[in-house]
Amino acid sequence: MSTSFPIPDDPGFLQIKEVVKDFGPVRAVDSVSLDIARGEIFALLGSSGCGKTTLLRMLAGFETPTSGQIILNGHDLSGLEPYRRPINMMFQSYALFPHLSVWDNIAFGLRRDGLPKDEIAARVESMLRLVKLEKFGKRKPHQLSGGQQQRVALARSLVKRPQLLLLDEPLGALDKKLREETQIELVNIIKDVGVTCVMVTHDQEEAMTMADRIGVMDEGVLLQVDVPNELYETPNSRFVADFIGNVNLMEGVVVDDQPSSVTIECADCVHYVGHGITGHVGLPVTVALRPEKIYLSREEPEGEHNRVQGVVEEMSYFGSYSVYFLRLPSGAKLKVSEENDLRLRESKPTWDDTVWASWPPSAQVVLTH
Amino acid sequence: MSFLTGSWRPRPRVAVIGVPFVWLSIFFLLPFLLVFRISLAQMDGALVSPLLTLSDGVLTLQLHLASFIQLITDDLYIATYFVSVKYALVTASFCLLFGYPFAYFMARSERRWQPALLMGVMLPFWTSFLIRVYAWKSLLEPNGWVGAPIHALGIDEVLAFLGMIPSPDQLMYSPFSLVLGMVYTYLPFMVLPLYATLSRMDLRLIEAAQDLGATPWQAFWRITVPLSRSGIVAGFMLVFIPCVGEYVIPELLGGPETLMIGRVLWDEFFSNNDWPMASTVAVVMILVIIVPLAIFGRNQVQAQEG
Repeated sequence: MSTSFPIPDDPGFLQIKEVVKDFGPVRAVDSVSLDIARGEIFALLGSSGCGKTTLLRMLAGFETPTSGQIILNGHDLSGLEPYRRPINMMFQSYALFPHLSVWDNIAFGLRRDGLPKDEIAARVESMLRLVKLEKFGKRKPHQLSGGQQQRVALARSLVKRPQLLLLDEPLGALDKKLREETQIELVNIIKDVGVTCVMVTHDQEEAMTMADRIGVMDEGVLLQVDVPNELYETPNSRFVADFIGNVNLMEGVVVDDQPSSVTIECADCVHYVGHGITGHVGLPVTVALRPEKIYLSREEPEGEHNRVQGVVEEMSYFGSYSVYFLRLPSGAKLKVSEENDLRLRESKPTWDDTVWASWPPSAQVVLTH
Repeated sequence: MSFLTGSWRPRPRVAVIGVPFVWLSIFFLLPFLLVFRISLAQMDGALVSPLLTLSDGVLTLQLHLASFIQLITDDLYIATYFVSVKYALVTASFCLLFGYPFAYFMARSERRWQPALLMGVMLPFWTSFLIRVYAWKSLLEPNGWVGAPIHALGIDEVLAFLGMIPSPDQLMYSPFSLVLGMVYTYLPFMVLPLYATLSRMDLRLIEAAQDLGATPWQAFWRITVPLSRSGIVAGFMLVFIPCVGEYVIPELLGGPETLMIGRVLWDEFFSNNDWPMASTVAVVMILVIIVPLAIFGRNQVQAQEG
């Protein structure tokens, strides 16, 4: 969606420097360093317990880093209480004040700053317009739908014009259909306002759709930071390859190492990869192959590399595409997805068919760790 | 007429609402009507006069309003109601003042300590209420465990200056000892509902308030207190209502200027043997409590709907 991320004018607007957080003997965040540009939407992606929420809470000031520094717009945030940071957060499942109306929820932050009444009114009204809730100002949060509550929470976190907006699982409480619509709406509003945004999510689709860049976290470590398509096409570790989208992972050994190509022998096939790697002959590696980059055919493909014969063990129809699981000679499974671009394909493989799977030399990613 | 054929069954909803309704009718409404009926009679020797008499084919309804008239015209009763409500309000306020921080820290303490703390609040109930109240008599003696430090710190001078005790050397039989005894006795009734509300509160709301620029103190007043309103109201009512009619504590710890309505009621029944007057005092006391409650309840409902 937003892969065309413009070159930032202030790449170090938010600097996270070797931040560590220990909870007793447990290291929740392990020496994370990260620069986020002004105006960027950055997603921290990982499964629950990976430390992404702890990192977000340290940005908000609810947790104090065990060591490391957080610098926003040139100012060190250490020791600054949450209520004195120019940062606002949209909480998971929103944390709207149940006893206050929508209007008063949004005005809450402005009132704490002691702004004049007419300015508060003007800013609340303009926020209500921005999130299209002009008619709902007098309602209490429990009288709103999930999507409306989400917009109130967004308005409340934007109304103080924070330098940094934090989103904690922003769409987690919405159902799937509404979530897809809201993702784009949310990005549009954030981009309109121009606020720098760090979001936390476990949903890779959400991260891909909304973020300019994504950081994948696991066990407190930031594994890879990249734009969404790079993260998908060139993951740098087994974990990232596996976590983002679907992938076939094959263990193998480098048998031929050339500057512009490499040959890897796996249990069921020999991979010929059309680019060089930093490695040597005999190095054990993992080859990652995306299911949609594999073609199925009944006829034997040409050449000796990048092909394997298997039996269709399972197949599932998803409308626009089908997924096949091939049982390979070694007993491993290969996942293949084929687009259903023709309504009735004569040669479409079915259960128990023996078929050939093949892929071009540009399809694989070689992972050395 | 389906219930005649045996096919009628109470719907579950009716049954569920019906049980407490019937209970209240038998054990509250009916006795109240009996008391109300007595308040409209007069003493006939040792008996209460009948309201309805049938003589010579004439059915006569006699409503004696003498007790009600006396209650309004004699300053004693009005003054005593006033004193009762005053001490009940003071007691409930002090219970709130001490009970709120207590419940707050209990609800915010570590989960594993909470059962023990809760037990601590309820522990006094294991000892007889009378013994506990009686114990204050010796505690408040000038050389008692509580009386001595109060004197040593000069607090008794302040209390005497405020008119809470007759003189610095006498803590007992004063408004001070009365309020102390009532606050001590009723504090758990304030703490428990407050604890229930506060421990259920979503702590992320406090974080959200701080995130939006509220200091911890502002977050407490703007978020925690309003959201614990139901607990405050429940606790206040649980203390205020029994305090208005309290008899034992004023008897044991109160002084001459703390004549409360419970004592008046007792005297009318057992000293003066004037049942209609005693009933009148009781009926008016119930009105004194119920009317503000009803008004408050209506406001609550409107506030929730609005």
